[in-house]
Amino acid sequence: MNPALIPLVTGTEVTFWICAPLMVLGALGLVLFRKAVHSVLSMVVVMINLAVLYAALDGPFLFVVQIIVYTGAIMMLFLFVLMLVGVDKPDSAVETIHGQRILGIIIAVALAALLIYAIGGAVTQPPVGMDAANAAEGGNVPSLAGVLFVRYMFVFELTAALLITAAVGAMVLAHHTRVTPKAGQRVLSDERMRAYAERGEHPGTLPSSGVFATNNSIGAPALLPDGSVAERSVSRTLVIRGAALDAADLAGAEENFRAIEAQRDIDKEDDE
Amino acid sequence: MNPENFLILAAILFSIGSVGVLTRRNALIAFMCVELMLNSANLAFAAFAQMHGNLDGQVAAFFVMVVAAAEVVVGLAIIVMVYKTRRTTSVDDANLLKL
Repeated sequence: MNPALIPLVTGTEVTFWICAPLMVLGALGLVLFRKAVHSVLSMVVVMINLAVLYAALDGPFLFVVQIIVYTGAIMMLFLFVLMLVGVDKPDSAVETIHGQRILGIIIAVALAALLIYAIGGAVTQPPVGMDAANAAEGGNVPSLAGVLFVRYMFVFELTAALLITAAVGAMVLAHHTRVTPKAGQRVLSDERMRAYAERGEHPGTLPSSGVFATNNSIGAPALLPDGSVAERSVSRTLVIRGAALDAADLAGAEENFRAIEAQRDIDKEDDE
Repeated sequence: MNPENFLILAAILFSIGSVGVLTRRNALIAFMCVELMLNSANLAFAAFAQMHGNLDGQVAAFFVMVVAAAEVVVGLAIIVMVYKTRRTTSVDDANLLKL
C-alpha cells in the first residue's frame, strides 16, 4: 500500500478516544451516585462502551458476549435485585471508620500510579494485531472455538462444573423452609375482623390514592370528604422514598372544593 | 494504535472500582465495583491479545466473564438472604460476627 494512503488516525484510535472518556465518566458515576439505580445505569454505560472497545480490538465475539451476558443478563439481574430489596433510601454519607474515604482514594490513586507505571513498561514491541490469529480458522469465532475446545478444553469443562455449582448454590440460598404454616384466607379474614373488634381498624380495602385530589399520581394522597388526608391511601414505600406528595402541596385542593360547591349551588338555583 | 492506552484505561477503571469497593456502603454498589474491576482486567486481556496477536487473551477474558456470572449469581443470592434477615443491604449492618 502506498504509505501516503495509510491514515494517520485509525478507526481504533477514534473509537478509543470517544469511548474511554465515557467509560471513565461512567465509572466515576458508579462510585459517586448516591442512588443505587443511577449507579447501575452508569455501570451499563461503562459496559456498553467496553463492548465497543472489544470490537475495536478485533474481538467481535467478546463484543457480543459483553453486551448479551454482561449488559443484558448480569446488569439486569442487578436491577432486579435492586428492585427486590427496595430502592428505599440513598446510601448514607456517614463514615463508619474515620478517614476511610480519604484513605481509600489515596490507596486507589497509588494503585493507579503503580499499575500505569508497571504495565506501561509491558509494551515492548509494536502490536501484532489480531488479523493473522483471526484468519487462522477463518474468522474470530471459529478461531476462538479452535483455541477454546482444543487447548482449553479441560478449563472449559471446569467452568461447566462451576456454573452448575453456582446455580445449585443460588437455589440453596434462595430456599428457606417455612417455620410457621402459611396464613390462608380464613386466618387472614379472622385476623382482620379481630383487629376491627379490638382496635377498630377498618376491615375493608385501603383507600385508593388521589381520589379527591387534583392529581392522579399514585403519590398523591386521597382527600377525605372533609378535606383531610387519608394517610393510608399512599404506599409506605413512596412515603419513605419521599416520592409522596404532601397534601398541603396539592395546590388548589381547597379552592377546588369551594369551586365545586359554588357550581353545585348555581346548578341548584338553575333547577329551581 | 498503541495498546498502552488500553492498558492505562484498564488501570484507571480498576482503581476507580477499588475506590468504590473501599468506600461504598451499599453491598450492591460495592459488588458492582468488583464487576468493574473484573471488566477492566478483561479489557487488559483483550488489549494484550491484540498486542501479541494471539487469541489466548480473548479466551481468558471469556473465562473471566463465565466466572463473573457465577459469582454474581451466588453474590446476589447472599445479598438477598442478608436483606431478608436484616432488612438492609448496607455492609455495615451485617455485623453479627463482630465481637
